Amino acid sequence: MAQPYVKKDDDHDDELEYSPFMGIEKGAVLQEARVFNDAQVDPRRCSQVITKLLYLLNQGESFTKKEATEVFFSVTKLFQSKDTGLRRMVYLIIKELSPSSDEVIIVTSSLMKDMNSKIDMYRANAIRVLCRIIDGTLLTQIERYLKQAIVDKNPVVSSAALVSGLHLLKTNPEIVKRWSNEVQEGVQSRSALVQFHALALLHQIRQNDRLAVSKLVGSLTRGAVRSPLAQCLLIRYTSQVIRDMSNHGQSGERPFYEFLESCLRHKAEMVILEAARAITELDGVTSRELTPAITVLQLFLSSPRPVLRFAAVRTLNKVAMTHPMAVTNCNIDMESLISDQNRSIATLAITTLLKTGNESSVERLMKQITNFMSDIADEFKIVVVEAIRSLCVKFPLKYRSLMTFLSNILREEGGFEYKRAIVDSIVTIIRDIPDAKESGLLHLCEFIEDCEFTYLSTQILHFLGTEGPNTSDPSKYIRYIYNRVHLENATVRAAAVSTLAKFGFMVESLKPRITILLKRCIYDSDDEVRDRATLFLSVLGGDGTVDNDKDSKVFLFGSLEVPLVNMETSLKNYDPSEEAFDINSVPREVKSQPLAEKKAQGKKPTGLGAPPAAPASGFDGYERLLSSIPEFAAFGKLFKSSSPVELTEAETEYAVNVVKHIFDNHVVFQYNCTNTIPEQLLERVNVIVDASEAEEFSESTSKALNSLPYDSPGQAFVAFEKPAGVPAVGKFSNTLTFVVKEVDPSTGEAEDDGVEDEYQLEDLEVVAADYMVKVGVSNFRNAWESMNEEDEHVDEYGLGQRASLGESIKAVIDLLGMQPCEGTETVPSNARSHTCLLSGVYIGNVKVLVRAQFGMDSSQQIAMKLAVRAEDVSVAEAIHEIVANG
Amino acid sequence: MELHPKVKNILLLDSEGKRIAAKYYTDDWPTNTAKEAFEKTVFSKTKKTNARTEVEVTALENNIIVYKFVQDLHFYVTGGEEENELILASVLQGLFDAVNLLLRGNVDKREALDNLDLIFLCFDEIIDGGIVLETDANVIAEKAGINSFDPNAPLSEQTISQALATAREHLTRSLMK
Repeated sequence: MAQPYVKKDDDHDDELEYSPFMGIEKGAVLQEARVFNDAQVDPRRCSQVITKLLYLLNQGESFTKKEATEVFFSVTKLFQSKDTGLRRMVYLIIKELSPSSDEVIIVTSSLMKDMNSKIDMYRANAIRVLCRIIDGTLLTQIERYLKQAIVDKNPVVSSAALVSGLHLLKTNPEIVKRWSNEVQEGVQSRSALVQFHALALLHQIRQNDRLAVSKLVGSLTRGAVRSPLAQCLLIRYTSQVIRDMSNHGQSGERPFYEFLESCLRHKAEMVILEAARAITELDGVTSRELTPAITVLQLFLSSPRPVLRFAAVRTLNKVAMTHPMAVTNCNIDMESLISDQNRSIATLAITTLLKTGNESSVERLMKQITNFMSDIADEFKIVVVEAIRSLCVKFPLKYRSLMTFLSNILREEGGFEYKRAIVDSIVTIIRDIPDAKESGLLHLCEFIEDCEFTYLSTQILHFLGTEGPNTSDPSKYIRYIYNRVHLENATVRAAAVSTLAKFGFMVESLKPRITILLKRCIYDSDDEVRDRATLFLSVLGGDGTVDNDKDSKVFLFGSLEVPLVNMETSLKNYDPSEEAFDINSVPREVKSQPLAEKKAQGKKPTGLGAPPAAPASGFDGYERLLSSIPEFAAFGKLFKSSSPVELTEAETEYAVNVVKHIFDNHVVFQYNCTNTIPEQLLERVNVIVDASEAEEFSESTSKALNSLPYDSPGQAFVAFEKPAGVPAVGKFSNTLTFVVKEVDPSTGEAEDDGVEDEYQLEDLEVVAADYMVKVGVSNFRNAWESMNEEDEHVDEYGLGQRASLGESIKAVIDLLGMQPCEGTETVPSNARSHTCLLSGVYIGNVKVLVRAQFGMDSSQQIAMKLAVRAEDVSVAEAIHEIVANG
Repeated sequence: MELHPKVKNILLLDSEGKRIAAKYYTDDWPTNTAKEAFEKTVFSKTKKTNARTEVEVTALENNIIVYKFVQDLHFYVTGGEEENELILASVLQGLFDAVNLLLRGNVDKREALDNLDLIFLCFDEIIDGGIVLETDANVIAEKAGINSFDPNAPLSEQTISQALATAREHLTRSLMK
């Protein structure tokens, strides 16, 4: 515990605390500042006033422009005084006042005089002040002196100049870069700090010249660096060079590793730490490279200095995420840190242990954590809870002790974020470990009996509604749920009513009793609660025919199948009318950012020919655009539009991208063309498509663009017929044909005669993913289980050698064109296996779900197990075919 | 990219968390309100810890904070989360020892307020715009206190070594001419 503070003046105990600044007021101090103008400067008095001004500024008081200017002007008068102490304060206040450029002029000459003074302190400080306040033009005037100062005999002066150089490099790089030679000399300085500052500046000057940096590092690693700080810098630069080299494909023995390793034996601890950290952060570090770094960090763990322990455990914690095995050696030292006085260290130790621990140590660890949890802050507890969640996923057999732990801490005091972390963890465990379901649900039930957070109560009630009815004894949850109807606010009551209805619908034996309970809710004081009760009563009271059953099921359990954003837009656009709002009219496409749409904007009126259709983007826009064109209106409902694919390189004469529109038995290519040459007008712009490599397609119609003036995008269309409902694929080569007319840039008039010309575009492919619409599902597990298990198609694929799991997962997602669910498209770095959940709608409105499990072996070979469930068996087969051919 | 160690702020708070002196070197806390809020969080998070014998350390809002207390004074140095905490600790130790030297061992709030000019100078000599200027407490104290106008300042060893250094300096200067 803190030592009691011994008060010096016991007799002052009851009085106001003494402070020389008690009752200080800005106005009065500004008045006092007039002493600066006295003919006879009193250094002592003036210093005191400056201290008061600094105190005010430091406490957050701000001066108006006028006040600051006045103070600044009178301060400049103090340069007359020869008192060094006062001068030092003058420097300080000038920096704090940060005068404007027109005011700076006044002090420049005084400061320049000081820069050349015989007194070191004047030179050093005048440089720092001057460099802080001047601009580029003045800087060129004093550049000469600064260069001199860098190589000054006095280390303080040269440090001042070098550090100022580091600051100036941001605003006037071209000037500072001219000082290389002097800075280079500084690197050789015998003064530790000068070397440190010179090295920092030299690297900063050369940072964009990779070769120079590499040479600098190469020469210095041979042992010319003296101070620990400079050595730390050198380690940072070395890691950067190593990174750059590996980025540029230089393989073989890792360069400079030996240098980093030798720094682990440096006498300064800050250098050892810096080197150890640099080694652990090397890209693709091997366990052999790691070992010496882990060894020194392990020594730090038992240091009496908290900073060392913290630094070590923080670094090891990061290593444990990627190389848990390398850290296990430190487990014993780590365990003793659980009781560390410093709670940051203890929390880091625990989470590290949770990552590195093995199955047998879980129980012992949980016991230790329980003692520790009561006296740490919520933010630490959340970290621990999250670590426990991942531990449970790792060791499913240990769910009992982990679940007990979670339910115990759920009962204790805690804030919303903390409780939410616990509830989330329990929910995750229930989802992943079926055995844990019943006990987990009961823990949640107990929690809502005494839960002060409406949000958590409603979430748990909803979760109970989906999971509860499928348990062995659903009736035991009813009591907890119905209690909510009595004791809670309206939001929770409404959620409880919905949950009751779900039980009543799913569990036939409970139906009569639930009906009674719901009837009681009809007299609730809240509209929403009454409405829900009435609604569900009529659903439950139905005559039980199969048809009705299905509707009710969808009604109760169905998730909203359209993205919320789209739903919101559609509802906003809906005009109240006779026609009811149709949820099927809401687009299902998850909006992706239109990439090339910027080019397609800009509307300029065109005098010639028909005005081009307004550039449209997004699914709605495309649908409207296509249905407005008579040739395509008969194709039926648009199924999917791809994002634009560029067919030209950037910065070419004509920029063309294409959007693929998929209909049931047609495909329409929309070519968005932009003419980037001001001297040209293009007419009769058409795209000739060669479909010889796309056997199932036959061209039906095309629509040329009459006129394409400069910088005013237009669209040409080509439509193909294809077998209905079949996901035909193929490759198309495209040529842009047009008539060029010269335009006089001054008048904008085009010549009458034009020349026919053509322009080769890149090929275009229609792939299987074009027939898949990205449609997310809110609860993958529910959706998955609602599909027929017998229609599941499973197969395994070898994907060969890949750089990482994430890369191969992305490749599969792109190949299938499906929507990743529940964030499963992201892979923890260095994971060896991963499961990715995908959902989508295939052409013909067939819902498809995919569960893809990836695994990587030691030689980076990746295998994938792909399970597909679809409403139509043939579609599931088709998905496998896509993967097999991809 | 700047790779040199960076200090985000130096704080000196009293036993109630009130600011005695503070210097911020980044825009992470743009207003005085933001600064005060940060100081309050830092203080309440650390006040119960014992940081009187050794420099202590904690993490807060993606920052690493090292701190040390003496009597009713609380010293803090903040750096980014990627910073080497031992470098921050050496800055803090330099500050702490320099203040101790400048206040001649009587380090408490009253003495600090009475010599606030020295504290400000001390800050100024340790960090310049976030860059470590000096970490050796003797050098810092010398630079901040060398020309102290305090007539009561005793003639300590420091001033003698200072005098010798100046004499040596003058000699070399005249020789160089």
